[in-house]
Amino acid sequence: MKHVIYYKSKKIILNTLIHIFLISVAITCLYPLLWMISSSLKTQDMIFKDISLIPHQFRLENYVLAWREGGFGRNFLNSIVYTVSVVFGIVIISSMAAYAFSRLKFVGSKFLFILFMAAMMIPIPGSFVALYVLLNKLHLRNTPIGYILCMINVGLSTSIFLLKTFFDKMPKELEDAARIDGCSKIGIWWHVALPLAKPVLAVVIVLNALTVWNEYILALIIFDNRKFMPLQVALQSFQGEFVTNYPLLMAGLTITALPIILVYLFMQKYIIKGVTQGAVVG
Amino acid sequence: MKIKNTLENYIFILPAVVIFSIFYIIPFIWVFQLGLFDWDGISFTKVFVGLQNFKEIFFQDKNWWQSMWNAGYITLIALTFQNILAFMLAWACDREIKMKNFYRVIFFIPPVLSEVVVGMAWRFIINDIDGANVINRTLTQIGLPNLVHNWLSDPNTALSTVAVVHCWKGFGWGFLIFLAGLQTIPRELYEAARVDGASAWQSFKNITLPLMIPIMVLVVILTVLGTMQVFVLIVSLVGGEFAGHTSVPVLRILASMRGSSRFGYACAQGITFGLVLIIISFIQYRFSKKGQ
Amino acid sequence: MLFKNVLLGVFVCFSVLGCSDQKLDSKPSVVIWHWMTDRDVTFQELAKKYETLTGVKVNFELYAPSDAYSQKIRAAAQGMNLPDVFGILGEKRDFASFIKAGHILDLAPYMEANNSSWKNSFFPKALALNEFTPDNSYGINPGVFGVPIDIMTIQMVYNKKLFTQLGLNPNRPPKSLKEFLDIGPKIQAAGMQGLVSGWGEVWMIDCLANNYAFNIMGKDKVLATIRGEVAYTDPDWIEVFSVFKQMKDSGILAQGLVTMINKSAEQLLANEKAVFGFNGSWCVNVYKGMNPGLEYGAMLPPQASEKYPTSIWGGAGSSFMVNARSKNKEEAVKFLIWLTDQDQQAYLAQATNNLPANKNSLSKIPEVMAQFARGMDYATHPNVWGVSEFSLVIEAFDRGIQSIIIGEKTPEAVAKEVQAIKERELARKKAQ
Repeated sequence: MKHVIYYKSKKIILNTLIHIFLISVAITCLYPLLWMISSSLKTQDMIFKDISLIPHQFRLENYVLAWREGGFGRNFLNSIVYTVSVVFGIVIISSMAAYAFSRLKFVGSKFLFILFMAAMMIPIPGSFVALYVLLNKLHLRNTPIGYILCMINVGLSTSIFLLKTFFDKMPKELEDAARIDGCSKIGIWWHVALPLAKPVLAVVIVLNALTVWNEYILALIIFDNRKFMPLQVALQSFQGEFVTNYPLLMAGLTITALPIILVYLFMQKYIIKGVTQGAVVG
Repeated sequence: MKIKNTLENYIFILPAVVIFSIFYIIPFIWVFQLGLFDWDGISFTKVFVGLQNFKEIFFQDKNWWQSMWNAGYITLIALTFQNILAFMLAWACDREIKMKNFYRVIFFIPPVLSEVVVGMAWRFIINDIDGANVINRTLTQIGLPNLVHNWLSDPNTALSTVAVVHCWKGFGWGFLIFLAGLQTIPRELYEAARVDGASAWQSFKNITLPLMIPIMVLVVILTVLGTMQVFVLIVSLVGGEFAGHTSVPVLRILASMRGSSRFGYACAQGITFGLVLIIISFIQYRFSKKGQ
Repeated sequence: MLFKNVLLGVFVCFSVLGCSDQKLDSKPSVVIWHWMTDRDVTFQELAKKYETLTGVKVNFELYAPSDAYSQKIRAAAQGMNLPDVFGILGEKRDFASFIKAGHILDLAPYMEANNSSWKNSFFPKALALNEFTPDNSYGINPGVFGVPIDIMTIQMVYNKKLFTQLGLNPNRPPKSLKEFLDIGPKIQAAGMQGLVSGWGEVWMIDCLANNYAFNIMGKDKVLATIRGEVAYTDPDWIEVFSVFKQMKDSGILAQGLVTMINKSAEQLLANEKAVFGFNGSWCVNVYKGMNPGLEYGAMLPPQASEKYPTSIWGGAGSSFMVNARSKNKEEAVKFLIWLTDQDQQAYLAQATNNLPANKNSLSKIPEVMAQFARGMDYATHPNVWGVSEFSLVIEAFDRGIQSIIIGEKTPEAVAKEVQAIKERELARKKAQ
């Protein structure tokens, strides 16, 4: 009897400690977000004088102003299109390549993989200028497609790396079974490998979505037309050369952060779903 | 038949290789050979100087190696503090506890926020004259007034403070990847171990850790790569290189590109940086292989 | 199913976005790329006005912040895609490179037309930044390559209310360095912050250091040093470095000064936490936005020496250049002539709280702005000296001063370091 009580109380203490730990970390995560939101509801002159988290008046119109002045409508749509296309492209292209590197045998496999890995590690300073000139020559410069292709490249190496690591760990039995059943390589990739990789794919999706969504400098340099600009570029216009309109900037940043949080919310379910899909024998 | 097989294999990697060649290899070669020139980024003429840029980096550029050292320091803190925190949180959330989803969302908020916002917010939180001085006030209130410090304006603590903020921003990623990894460990293994009478610690040591090693290697490599390239956070937290105390390689490269208009030299610095990263990653990779 | 829907959605979006090139307008138009977020609205209004007046469409396109703008200009220059009018942010050296590469139109013919009427409408110091004189060291044929659209000076400001609290006369700011330093202990005792400025961004340190250099040893000796004829270890230069040490020791500098970006410094002054600020005339607009009730005045940096006059940096604030390869350059020049005309300059100045470049436009400006404007008499700027210091030397110089301020190095040590780098760069230049 005592043994059971001891075990139960030990469990309760452990759980409580864990919760305290989790909550304290959660508070530190929330504070800056709350600061950002509360700043977005203040006025320019109050924003640094009033340091409390809850503003004295709620200037919700800041959000409307930010949307209008930042020209958010068009740019928001652009960002969504770019993010969706790039993520889609990366998921297909990198999972195919990662599967090939992991499971298929062909000449140059190791060499190419190492090349991709090296690319991950060598940042190219001034790559913007190089890409600008390159896109110019390809007549793709002031086009969405040019931008999307560049951004696909940005996330390619890391995604391939993540996926290959996962595919290496994947048990072969299911693939063998599918092959015996007469499935083609593409079929195995589509019907077996991808579903198993859902958790990692979710990570790849979130990682790349975040990268594309927050990107602004490449867009600013290669687009000459405001109608192609993504959201982040519109946002920067609140950060003036001398005067930064802080409340509007914060409102804009909050608006910008929301879709990504939504993407994450949606994706994190798949990370859990992956558990039930990962039916493994032995 | 064999040709068809090989062709099929190549089709898998074709799109990746094509995009990679056009958008990475070509710019890379351009930048690489620029490291051998002296160029201001504007003129249409460049002066070939051979390996002189590299010689300068290795033998005369003290600021460069200081920035590398600083980046290495931040990375070390990230590898330990950040990743251990991420792992502990992932482990805690992997168990069947309440509010799991809530935590999963909250912990991912820091990575979502832009570095500019993070820098501004934390500068506000930490700084005493232009901020709310939360940390120092809390320390005083919990009875530790001797620890009160000018975290960001003291050159000795500035770098560490930046490192901690960087960890705060980055742990969400490690958390996510660790969680994904933990989720793929079949529950049956834990059940079997419990039935066999293993304690929590034993099942952790014998099941969780070994299966997580490839994931840990992955996270370590990604952490190193991501942290060595930090720079926006530094500008928004401490305004710049703080007389070299918070200098990092990317800031040095940008200074060469824009401040000194030495594009060729900046490229040489970038290549040196890349080489160092490759060597580090290679060592990590070898190390992990040995461990397995 | 989801997959197919996503594919369809992406396809639809692409068709909506369409491909790139629009049909070129047959009407003449002028495309201007700028970085001045605060003035975008005013620019758009002026553009509309110009269109109703002349029928020429002017497109102002904003690309901010300024360092992103800079990169865009450089990339566009490489790709030969510069717009009709743009700005070059950076040093004279870069300006010269752009001119040599053939990107910039020489405006001297237009300036000198009609008895130099356009040229004479500007404050001479404003135009000087955009001029290359016959004896310049950059190898450029003399000419005028840019048009200033406003002027600015960089001076000190002080908070009148805090002055009264410290027992000082709010209408008598310190004139000498000694007076200034004596206020230090008073500020410390009162628990206030002294001088704030964006000295995390090194160029502002460079500015003040240079002001004191001119004041202590005179312009000629400073230029001689740049040319390599005088060493940085010269006692006069050590005196310049010592000014910063004295400031640090007296407590007149705000805490964490070296980690501030200019925006934080402005915020501290606007919130009345700091007594002094070192900032440019654009700060008037900034302070107005942050704290309309701020009582403050502008002052020249307190003089360290009586031998030579006080000197500050000033001249053109922002300037526009015309793309030499543009198909619409005539229209572009015409627009710029209109933009810098008396009425438009007055409008711009009033709407954006900046100082006009046209000397006939200084009508009704707030008192503080007038104080900044009066500083133009003492103003100089590196871009008008005709010589440039090596960028690595400037970097070591500024960093060295940062080290002095945080107490890590002595003025003598910094002087030695800077001189060592200078000698290295001189040797390298000779070898080329």
